[in-house]
Amino acid sequence: MDISADHPSPAVVAHGLTRSFGSLVAVDRLDLRIEKASVYGFLGPNGSGKTTAIRLLCGLLAPSSGQVEVLGLPMPSGAEKLRTRIGYMTQRFSLFEDLDVRENLDFLAEIYSLPRRERRPRIDQLLERYRLTDRARQRAGTLSGGQKQRLALAAAVLHRPELLFLDEPTSAVDPENRRDFWEALFDLADGGTTILVSTHYMDEAERCHRLAILERGRLVAEGRPRDLMRNIEAQVVEIDTPHPRRSRERISSLEGLLSIAQLGNRLRALFSPDSPEPARRVEKALEHAATSDDASERSSEVRLVEASLEDVFVVATRHRPRTASSGSSR
Amino acid sequence: MIHPARILAIARKEVRQLRRDRLTFGMVVGIPILQLLLFGYAINQDVRQLATGVADLAQTERSRQLVAAAEASQVLDIVERVQTVQQLEDLLRQGRIVVGLVVPGDFERRLERERQRKSPRGPGDEQPVEALAQILVDASDPASYSAAAGLRSLPPPARSGTSATPRAATFELRPYFNPERRTAVQIVPGLVGVILTMTMVLFTSVAIVRERERGNLELLITTPLSPIELMVGKILPYILIGCVQMVLVLGVGRLLFDVPLRGLPQDVLAGSLVFIFASLALGLVISTIAQTQFQAFQLTFFTFLPQILLSGFMFPFDAMPEPAQWIAEILPLTHFLRVIRGIVLRGASIPDVSRDLWPLLLFGLIAMSFAALRFRKRLD
Repeated sequence: MDISADHPSPAVVAHGLTRSFGSLVAVDRLDLRIEKASVYGFLGPNGSGKTTAIRLLCGLLAPSSGQVEVLGLPMPSGAEKLRTRIGYMTQRFSLFEDLDVRENLDFLAEIYSLPRRERRPRIDQLLERYRLTDRARQRAGTLSGGQKQRLALAAAVLHRPELLFLDEPTSAVDPENRRDFWEALFDLADGGTTILVSTHYMDEAERCHRLAILERGRLVAEGRPRDLMRNIEAQVVEIDTPHPRRSRERISSLEGLLSIAQLGNRLRALFSPDSPEPARRVEKALEHAATSDDASERSSEVRLVEASLEDVFVVATRHRPRTASSGSSR
Repeated sequence: MIHPARILAIARKEVRQLRRDRLTFGMVVGIPILQLLLFGYAINQDVRQLATGVADLAQTERSRQLVAAAEASQVLDIVERVQTVQQLEDLLRQGRIVVGLVVPGDFERRLERERQRKSPRGPGDEQPVEALAQILVDASDPASYSAAAGLRSLPPPARSGTSATPRAATFELRPYFNPERRTAVQIVPGLVGVILTMTMVLFTSVAIVRERERGNLELLITTPLSPIELMVGKILPYILIGCVQMVLVLGVGRLLFDVPLRGLPQDVLAGSLVFIFASLALGLVISTIAQTQFQAFQLTFFTFLPQILLSGFMFPFDAMPEPAQWIAEILPLTHFLRVIRGIVLRGASIPDVSRDLWPLLLFGLIAMSFAALRFRKRLD
């Protein structure tokens, strides 16, 4: 029930959402606000609390503390009312492998009490949209990874949910299928569906309207991917070098270096925002080394570049003391 | 080439995994102990304390002495005293007693005739001996019959001073329901219960666990499906399977072993449905505890053993010590055996066996609610 079309209430609001399992704090004081009809991403490594956060949001887990409201309903007490308004695509394929594609969808249509005369056209429409029409009579267990994933998506949107949770939906899928899948997600978002998707792929995360980076249960960065890259708390230096391993050693002792990673023949070094002229210092370090033993290192190319989402991720999830406040300004 | 080190590595891994599967580990210890206790208790074939009804039509001092002597044998446990033989027969059909003791109204006269005939005048004096009283016995269980038969030559009460002499037949034995005392008659209806227990509990317990293992449950809990809908929907098909099994066993029993059906078929069906419900509910309880199909199988076996051993299927119920009987009263199969034997063999009606139907119904309802409560639509 939207009170006004101009300022729709958010799909998800969470305050201090916490869930622990024994001594492990899986989700730690999470604050969230997810606007309707957007694609919102949870980015984080395995074990960062993405799945737990999603389960808290759809009421499958009760929070240890904190509040969460989903589509205006408090969780977990409103979970049953929420069921028909959300769709959930689990990380692991959870449809019936010994039923065929159509039988699976028929079954769910009945469980969701879709009006009888709508069932057939709706299922036909979904089979068409997700390119499963010629697989309709195939057992779900024998589908390929991409087909299974499309079937799972069809099942999750069958009842036209307002809010769709996708837990690492593309982990078993090749790149081409992934691209198609994201097209399908944007179609849904255009149709007004709010989508919350967890992933550990940077390219996928970058496609989201907004992004929350989770680490060890905590929200370490949040915002639009472009803003996150622009406002990164680091300077990024890229080094083209014929001897990346050796160059890496030279650079590793430089002051203000936050992290360094190798990508083929390139090195990507992150320096703290207040460290002076990182590119020049890198160049000097490499030149110095070159004069002393190998001329070829002179051919290294060093330049300051724009941050990528991966850089954002690295900076955000870098070891930081647990007590440090994550909102320090620059 | 066999490498012992690799074999050991496999064995070590196996032990490690086994130790982490706490339920299985418990079964390793639990099943032998349970078996030992149950067999130890139940294997005693000496039937005693048969539930007995008495119709003492004579009501004299010596008739009471005779009844007391019969009771003192410990074979009988007098639970009912009634006025007529008809009442005794009703109790027998309802399964509330196994033995009926009838002391005829002319008991004193019979005793007198007996005395006059006393001290046989010589060998060859083979006057047919008249029985003093009657034992009516439910012979559908041959073990009960044999035990009651042992009382036949109980010495009659003697006048004070004179010693009682054993005689050929103090009691006349009247076997009811299974006069030929064929074991099949007793076993086949019981087998309906045993087979239903095994398949119903196993099917349902595995049915939900399989969905858990395959991840389907994660899908189902995010739908508007309620636990009770899931539970009832799960057991419905198996109710039908259970009925098919029941008809199959009784039909083949009739064809091959000539087992009678003395009650009404619809009563058999009604009794079986209640039992199927109870067994399915037990299966659901197991399915909410077990995490893997293997564990479900073990737990099923764990509940199956006491039912087989204590229910009266393998060993006569009356031969078991009291604590074992208390346990047996909790088990659905115990009650169902009484129900199905009552209807099939003794021609009992549903009201006749209602005493054992309501515990089944209660068991089913409790188990069902327990399962639905345990099956929460949450993951924590």
